[in-house]
Amino acid sequence: MIPARETDDGRNPGAGATAGEDREMRAALAEDSAESLYENAPCGYLSTLPDGRIAKINATLLQWLGLRRDDVVGRRYFSDLLTVGGRLYHETHFAPLLRMQGEISGIALELRAADGTRLPVLVTSVVRYDSGGQPLLIRTTVFDARERRAYETELLRARREAEDERRRLQRLTRTLQATLLPPDLPEVPGLDVAAHYHIASPDEVGGDFYDLFPLGAGTWGLFLGDVCGKGAAAAVMTSVARYTVRAAAVYASGPSAVLADLNTVLVDRYRMHDPRFCTVVFGMLTPDASPGSFRVTLASGGHPPALLLRADGSADYVHIPGGQLIGLLPRAHIASAVVRLDPGDTLVLYTDGLTEARTAPGADERFGEQALLDFARRLGPVTAAEAVAAVRDLLDTLGTGVEDDTAVLAVHAPRRSVGS
Amino acid sequence: MRPVNVLTRNHVRVTGRAGAPVVVLAHGFGCDQNLWRLVVPALERDFTVVLFDHVGAGRSDLSAWSAERYSDLDGYADDVLAVCRTLDLGPVVFVGHSVSAMMGVLAAARDPGAFAGLVLLAPSPCFVDDPSTGYRGGFSVADIDELLESLEANYLGWSGAMAPAIMGNPERPELGEELTAAFCRTDPAIARVFARVTFLSDNRADLANVSVPTVVAQCSRDAIAPPEVGAFVHAQIPGSRLVTLDATGHCPQLSAPDETVATIAAFAGSVG
Repeated sequence: MIPARETDDGRNPGAGATAGEDREMRAALAEDSAESLYENAPCGYLSTLPDGRIAKINATLLQWLGLRRDDVVGRRYFSDLLTVGGRLYHETHFAPLLRMQGEISGIALELRAADGTRLPVLVTSVVRYDSGGQPLLIRTTVFDARERRAYETELLRARREAEDERRRLQRLTRTLQATLLPPDLPEVPGLDVAAHYHIASPDEVGGDFYDLFPLGAGTWGLFLGDVCGKGAAAAVMTSVARYTVRAAAVYASGPSAVLADLNTVLVDRYRMHDPRFCTVVFGMLTPDASPGSFRVTLASGGHPPALLLRADGSADYVHIPGGQLIGLLPRAHIASAVVRLDPGDTLVLYTDGLTEARTAPGADERFGEQALLDFARRLGPVTAAEAVAAVRDLLDTLGTGVEDDTAVLAVHAPRRSVGS
Repeated sequence: MRPVNVLTRNHVRVTGRAGAPVVVLAHGFGCDQNLWRLVVPALERDFTVVLFDHVGAGRSDLSAWSAERYSDLDGYADDVLAVCRTLDLGPVVFVGHSVSAMMGVLAAARDPGAFAGLVLLAPSPCFVDDPSTGYRGGFSVADIDELLESLEANYLGWSGAMAPAIMGNPERPELGEELTAAFCRTDPAIARVFARVTFLSDNRADLANVSVPTVVAQCSRDAIAPPEVGAFVHAQIPGSRLVTLDATGHCPQLSAPDETVATIAAFAGSVG
């Protein structure tokens, strides 16, 4: 606390400065002329001609540089005061930008002092023009940035570290994703199969999965599903779903029973702490009596309808109404349907990353099931590889509108060549 | 894969007098086609003027940039030829500033028919000294590393979040508008690679392959390309002419636009 004082003229000391303080301030300011402020300011001042030749420099900056005024004024150029790297930066960035914009601020450079030491500084320059609009003079302030530079170096180091970590995470994500998918689809006698997995974000593991595998006696199982959410938790559920379906397919009595088993396992595992669910379509392929044809029994738990592209170029959804999400309810209803795959027909399973894709980045409109059906109808009869390639092109066209991972699996009964 | 649209990729702009001799202006390291803004109005009166940004600079399509393609000047020379072919304006006078001068040298050696002549503005075929031949480019490899540090220190303001918005959306130029406020700002990863290409390339041996009329225009006081380097370029290119501008600094198109215009116009008028 400052004690209250009696003033010369009896004024209330709280109303303003005392005469004593006035005198103190006047005396102090007498020492602080504009000239002295310029010369001894706590920053460097510099005036240069438009070509960079130094016309004026303050004492502070001369002291930092360890140079005498006579060695500098009229003799040196601003860029002479910089390190060589700084000079390159000055000539390629600083000077052109200053010339074009008339000012440039906060540029990090390093001064090289007479004794060879380096001083990190922040430089701001403004061009002063004559009445004809021609550059007359460049005024520059130079701030000591040693502390600041140490802090920035730390920031840069942290950013590099973060970038390295991100790359590591992406590698890990790719590896983990790969373990959730079959490395290659097996060869299925009499069938043509193809699949594709589209990764929407390199930073997160998606929750889509598919597989195709033999069940013995010419029968094949296939499935494709989508776990809600992304990241590690979704990856765990994907893994559980995958091996549960593979195991259940061996002993369960049919596709609906496989999904019912999966539902039981997931509900049991997740209901208490982390309600999570997935949508799955499971199919069993068996050769039909008619040569080259297959009978496909499909069971669906809340999954978007499969597409059936016929040999005659027509296309339709295989709607399986009534199937409920897997892993949510203790006794989910599973719906099923049977389709025939005749020579030339192609069955396409996909996840909703495709139909839920935005038609343009940031747009409200989604691609939707109708657009996908129209797309399939334009495609005409295709092989499995052609169908998957067409979907990949479609995903490319939708670009960043595809916000979620998308899996697609196609099976095609080849046309029978003459004589076979 | 979408077909490459060269004109969008390189943000090519064509102005000036239609049917007049064609002058292509190629910017160097550190900025973009804005660097030519003080000379364009005068050149437009007598020439067809072509401006473009190198991939990775200015308003070019950043998604077209890759470290492999642009790890040497050949990738850039390919782009120069692609721009010329796409515009199909006949042989052009190519004005290459700084590192772009060497892109012009490489492009003209590969396809001389595309060029009526070259203006090499403040060129340097090799910035690093080569004691084995006595060549003095003016810099050491350590100096170049120091430049990379300077670049790094000044890129704290670059927003990594802005890059993806611009990359891959060349059809949405409004996203690039944000960048015009931040002139000549470049993705640090791209600038780093371009800086290395610019300052560590050695194109001395390519100079002798130039067979088109060439003028070497050097500045009186250039900290980046000193007079002896300009003289070296002139000596190595058969039949070339050497002009020393009164202009100081490394960017005569900014520091002495009138003199730069006069030099370009006199040459382009004589060969174009």
